[in-house]
Order: sequence, then C-alpha cells, then structure tokens
Amino acid sequence: MAGPETPELARAAESGGADLIEIGFPFSDPLADGPVIRRAAERALAAGMRTADCIENVRAIRREVSVPLIPMTYASLFEAYGWERLAADAREAGAASLIVADLPVDVHPELRRVQLVAPTSTDARIALAAERTDGWLYLVTVAGTTGARTELSPALAPLVERTRALTDAPLYAGFGISTPEQAADAAELADGVVVGSAALLAADDGPAALERFVAQLRAALA
Amino acid sequence: MTIETYGAYGGRYVPETLIPALDELERGWAEARADPSFGEELDLLGHHYVGRPTPLYESGRFAPQGRRIVLKREDLNHTGAHKINNALGQILLALRLGKRRIVAETGAGQHGVATATVCARFGLECVVYMGAEDMRRQHPNVERMRLLGAEVESVEFGTKTLKEATSEAIRDWIANVETTYYLIGSCVGPAPYPSIVRELQAVIGREARTQMLETYDRLPDAVVACVGGGSNAIGLFAGFLDDADVRLIGVEAAGAASLASGRPAVLHGARSSVLADADGQVLDAHSISAGLDYPGVGPEHAALRDTGRVSYVTATDEEALAAFHRLAETEGILPALEPAHALARALDIDAELILVGLSGRGDKDLAEVLGY
Repeated sequence: MAGPETPELARAAESGGADLIEIGFPFSDPLADGPVIRRAAERALAAGMRTADCIENVRAIRREVSVPLIPMTYASLFEAYGWERLAADAREAGAASLIVADLPVDVHPELRRVQLVAPTSTDARIALAAERTDGWLYLVTVAGTTGARTELSPALAPLVERTRALTDAPLYAGFGISTPEQAADAAELADGVVVGSAALLAADDGPAALERFVAQLRAALA
Repeated sequence: MTIETYGAYGGRYVPETLIPALDELERGWAEARADPSFGEELDLLGHHYVGRPTPLYESGRFAPQGRRIVLKREDLNHTGAHKINNALGQILLALRLGKRRIVAETGAGQHGVATATVCARFGLECVVYMGAEDMRRQHPNVERMRLLGAEVESVEFGTKTLKEATSEAIRDWIANVETTYYLIGSCVGPAPYPSIVRELQAVIGREARTQMLETYDRLPDAVVACVGGGSNAIGLFAGFLDDADVRLIGVEAAGAASLASGRPAVLHGARSSVLADADGQVLDAHSISAGLDYPGVGPEHAALRDTGRVSYVTATDEEALAAFHRLAETEGILPALEPAHALARALDIDAELILVGLSGRGDKDLAEVLGY
C-alpha cells in the first residue's frame, strides 16, 4: 500500500527476491479485497494518501528499486483523476502497468492494464483478457476476495489449463497465496505468484521482516 | 451482451469473478419476464401474501389548507414497507436460477426483514449484512430477521452503516457465487440490478396512476418520494415518467444528498452520483434515517436529474421528524423516517394535488424518534 514507508519496504522486497512489486492506491470501498488489504487502505486514507500522493510515492519507490512497479487500485480513482491522466502520470512516475480490480476487460478497454481472469470466467472472456492484457495475465485463484486461505485453491489447476489453451501470455496466480508451500504449489502450475495480504502483514513488522518473508517465498520457488 | 446504462451512469464495475453471474442473472431475468407464469405467480403472491394493491389515502388533516395530499400506502404491505415488492420478485428469480442461499444488505432493516420473510416463505438460507450502528438504531428489525430464521452478520468497520453492509454482502457473493443469489435491496449495484429492482417496484407507480384516475379522474400535479438508493421513488415515478405535466420530486436526506451534492464516482459496482471527495474516495453520509444514510444512489436517478425530468431536493432530520409527528397526530399514521422526508417537502410544494409515496411504517423508528 502506498505510504511514506513504502519505498523502504519496496527495497526490502526487492532484496528478498521480488521480481515485481504491486503498489496499492487506497480506495474507500475496495470490493475485491479482504480484511488485511481493506484495513491497510483505511489506514493509508486516514494518513491522507490521495491519488497525487500515491503517484509521487511511485516516483520515490522507482528511485529505490529496479523491478517493475504496478499500481493496483479501483475505478473510482480514475473517474475522479481522469482515466488517461492517471495512466499517463503513473507511467511517467515509473509504473510499468496498472491493475484495476473492479474494471472487467470489456469496460474502458482503451486503458492498457494487466487483466484479471477468475475461475468463473468463460473461455471467451479469458481469450479477450489475454488479447488485451499488458504483458501478463493475473489469475485469480479463488472465487473470493484477497487474503490468506488455508489451502491452495483447487480451482487454480483447471483455470491454468483452460488459460494455457488460449494464450501464450505469462500467467501469474494470486489471491489466497500466503505461505512458501502454497507459493511452491502455485508455481508448479503458473509462471509466477502474487502475494499481497501476507506480504502486508509481514511488512507490519518492518522492512527486515518483509525481506525475510519474500526470501522464503523466493526459496520455495527455486 | 449489451450492458444497460442510464446516460453516462450505471454499468458494471465489479471484479471479474462476478461477471458470469451477472450475465446469468441478466439471461434469467429476461427469460422470467418473457414467461407469463413468472408474472402470474408474482401477482398472485403480491395479492394474497403482500396485500396488494395498496390503497391511496387522502390525508385531509395532514395537508395544509388549499392542498390535497394523497398517500400511496406502501406501509400497509406485509412486512411494512415497499421492500417486499422487490424481495418477492427477486426470490422467484433466485429459485428459477436454482440458488438456495440468499445474501442481502440492509440499512434500516426493512429490506433485510423483507428478504428474511421471503426466504422463510420459500425455505431458503438467508444471510443479511447490517452495519453495527444500524443494528443499534433499528434493533426491532434485527430481532424480526432472527425470528424469521435469518442470520444477521454485524459489519463492524468503516461507517458501520449501509455502505459497508453492501460491500460485505457483495464480498460474500464473490466468495460464494456458485451457490448464492445476491438479493440487492435498491436500484443500485451493477447492471442488471438497477433495472430489475425498478421493474419490480414499478408496480407502485402503475397502481397509483390507475388509482388516481379512478378516484380523482385526473393525474396528480406532483409526485413526491424519498430517495436513499431510490427504489421506492423509481417505482412510483415509473408510473408517471411519460406524463410530462406531472412534476416528479425526489427528496434526499440533507446529510446524504448524493444527487444534490454528489459527483460522478464508482460505488458498489456502478457509476453514479456519489458523495465523494475530489479523489473519488467515498464520503460518509449522515441521516437520522438509516434507510437514507447511503452516499450513493441508483444510476437512473442520476440520469433523471441530468435530464431535468425529476427535481431532487433535500429535507433535514428536523424537518423529517416534524413531518413524522404531524402525520401521527393528524392522521393516526406513524410513517417511517424515510418517507417522513418526502412528507416534509410535500407540505411546501406549490401544487394542488400531490401524491406522496408513503414507503414504510415507522414502528422500527420509535426508539430513534423518542431518543432524539
């Protein structure tokens, strides 16, 4: 989540072995998020983080790390800031792409972004998302919101299989992956894993704790 | 599939997980509307179970001198509000779609009670999300829902009112989308919900128009309804939108005036007029009436505001309370605090014959009114 401590946390994540870093731009009503990310957004908003601050935050993070940075947010921020303007300003500040959690592939198709597909997606929608996505496809492993699950979702394997049949794009799996074991299992299927809520919880204990956590994930994927 | 929008409002701003369920809902709704047996069952239950048609009642003592104020008595429906019209229609739709688990959000508790009621009637599992603050101020409705067999989930974060309850109901739906039907309570949310709710509430306007012609041999000069999410208003207005000479007036709570002081933003799956800051962050609404205490509004209302067909005005907590007491003392009717906002504005509208949507009864509000 964007905030004053985020540049330092990003450096720790990169040192731990992260290949890519998502930066949350907080929204007041994040429908796709479970309690951990929702609370992080509430804290960021209470601390005054608004869209322009988040973009400056990306710029500050960009100076600290060399991996791609991808803001993840919600449509209402674009509606207020301007769709093209937010995309342009984020890119200018150093973002590699965008993720908009409540923007299905057929809404605002002109906005270049990483598309999400879910276990409920039809093949036609997966194909469309693959065609329009910016670099890689985000595979939502579960029907549900972000946050830890006890097991890797059994829905991931069939989703990967269906998606592979439709596209050569790299597939990164996220939602519900919190432990090195789950990450390793997911990486057997997908080309990468996205860990959000668990990384935020680790970051609550500071950069060193986050770096250790990311290093454990990295080691599990080796 | 073309997604229904209202001017620049409406649409589907939801996580991808829900899109196939919304497509399924849209197909199911189109099939239900094309199937005469769906309408027949709804009408039959509306008559025998809900008590429709609801009467028109002319409030001779409530109205100021020289005006005639006619009430459309949705408060006399089974469960005490217009919410049952929508809950009944959507539960028949849920059954057609084969769903056995229902989730809903509630603010004042009237939609939660209506949903719990129809779930009991059809033997379906029912989970209602309600803000902790609303559970406090509308406690009798919490007890009613539990007696009807529903599980009431307290939402303890954010505003602890309808906004967060709606978000939690949608999150539940995302997590259980294969088995669960989301029974939304107002003409808000992603397409096709706003149009489903409008069509199910349009019975209010159809009846009222016919009754006005039967009783008064003319249409009203003005039609007034309260607007939170806006379902009773859109249902009542639907009967008169094509009658250009009939003024339509929506009344928002002054502290929750999404149309009067909102801006375009995205909330709960749709673009509409929302109480939001310059960055698109949704603001807290404030109203004595839990049912109007919502920072968003149905997208069709935003479009009707922009075209000018409907005027949207506001009433304060104090004005609503004064109208509540006045109707109680002059007519022997306790209105809910929500339509008390419409009653307040009806008192000062310059029109001869005024139709007001009395969307619900006020028993649930006694603690709030007595404690004010």
